[in-house]
Amino acid sequence: MNWDDSMPMVSIKDVHKAFGDLEVLKGVSMDIKKGEVVCIIGPSGSGKSTLIRCINALNDIQQGSILVEGQEVNDPHLNKLELRKKVGMVFQQYNLFPHKTALENVMMAPIRVLKQSKAEVEKTARALIKKVRLDGKEDSYPGELSGGQQQRVAIARSLAMNPDVMLFDEVTAALDPETVGEVLLTIKDLAEEGMTCILVTHEMNFAREVADHIYFTDRGVIVEHGSPTTFFDEAKDPRTKEFLSQIL
Amino acid sequence: MESFFDWFRILYDNTGINLPFLYDSYDRARMWNGFLMTIKLSVVALFFSVIIGIIGAWLQNSPLKWTRRIVNGYIQIFRNTPPLVQLYFFYFAIGALLPKVSNGYGGEVPILGGFAWAAISLSFFAGAFNVEIFRSGMEAVPKSMTEAAEALGFSRLQIYKDITLPLAFRVVLPALNNNLVNLVKTTTLAYAIAVPEMLYESNQIWSDNVNVTEMMIFLLLAYFFLVGVLVWGMNRWERSLKIPGFGT
Ligand SMILES: Nc1ncnc2c1ncn2[C@@H]1O[C@H](COP(=O)(O)OP(=O)(O)OP(=O)(O)O)[C@@H](O)[C@H]1O
Ligand SMILES: [Mg+2]
Repeated sequence: MNWDDSMPMVSIKDVHKAFGDLEVLKGVSMDIKKGEVVCIIGPSGSGKSTLIRCINALNDIQQGSILVEGQEVNDPHLNKLELRKKVGMVFQQYNLFPHKTALENVMMAPIRVLKQSKAEVEKTARALIKKVRLDGKEDSYPGELSGGQQQRVAIARSLAMNPDVMLFDEVTAALDPETVGEVLLTIKDLAEEGMTCILVTHEMNFAREVADHIYFTDRGVIVEHGSPTTFFDEAKDPRTKEFLSQIL
Repeated sequence: MESFFDWFRILYDNTGINLPFLYDSYDRARMWNGFLMTIKLSVVALFFSVIIGIIGAWLQNSPLKWTRRIVNGYIQIFRNTPPLVQLYFFYFAIGALLPKVSNGYGGEVPILGGFAWAAISLSFFAGAFNVEIFRSGMEAVPKSMTEAAEALGFSRLQIYKDITLPLAFRVVLPALNNNLVNLVKTTTLAYAIAVPEMLYESNQIWSDNVNVTEMMIFLLLAYFFLVGVLVWGMNRWERSLKIPGFGT
């Protein structure tokens, strides 16, 4: 593929998506460059989850184009495995495998999907668990971990596949306020290391701090976008202003 | 040991309680073989009925409409007809259609004997229930969990094998337990096609000795013991599969 680093890592163009008669995305476009951190914010039901699920083909799209490192996602012959090696995703509900320990959760995909050797995977998995500040919890089952700890295992599990882009869908929304911070800190570490991140979030202070770019969605379209400063301080669209006034 | 067996002859002489399968070496061998045959039939049918359940539940989720229809048809037929009629159908109807093979003494015998037909028939009978049982277990595994695996690059088969099935198994063990207990009890139907299992051999013994009452009491106790061992094993297994901090 003739894609190189200088081109957008993820390029979304005029994406349309409907569930039956319900049009959820009505022509969304955005480009995310390598190493960029992009936050998508917007009211409930505006299509944020749908959009980022389209990026790793958990949802299909009816119209438009999504390129991930030059690979067209909206292609019936898409090699989903190749796509998912590049794109990691973390969900609101952590979705750890409850019958596997934290370490096993992290090790499973590289062993099963990438067919890497167990010894090698274990080494990186332990390092990743350490990186998300969970050393000592390797042998705990998800049911024995707090929400914030589970979510950090889920991040480590995703990172174990060594993705180029990480998608985060409201990963702190189900957490107790005390544990939100530890998860955000983990994501911030990642962002600072240069990981390309696309986040859906309601954490405005966090978005202001880490994002390179903010997109505001409403009813399936991008209403406004810009750098955090322009977005939060100089929002022009009345819908954005109303949303911000409610949330800040 | 002989004196132990002889004690039952004395018991018979003194009280009239006739247990020839203990004091008479010929009846003892018949009974023992019948007992082993019941265990063999149970184990074979248990094994294949669980395999049928696992594969059937997988096929029921197939994207192909006809695959799903065939599995559903199979379940309906085997759930809604008496197992004895099924057994006769296999043994007499299908058995008659199959070619015969030489028995080495100039005669011809059916390619499959009574035991094989009983095992096949019982496996399909219990398998139909097992498909439903596994399907209900799979429905208890949240879609978000399998989606997380999908996002990690797992294939459909890997998700089934590594995530859905192990979790579904834990959910359905009590129901599976019930069905397998039923299966062991249903092995007595093999009597009808002269498979020399425990009921059949007991019948031989009571015809020769006219000790119906004793044999009936013995049979009840013997099956009670057999099923008890199965239930005990299943409960132990259930406990060993328990995940710390997970569900039930
Ligand atoms: N699988 C689906 N089938 C039908 N409708 C769906 C499906 N997924 C989402 N929707 C609908 O699409 C719309 C957008 O949903 P989406 O989850 O993308 O919103 P969101 O912006 O992420 O909202 P929230 O902030 O509440 O998570 C909603 O109206 C939702 O009901
Ligand atoms: Mg959402």
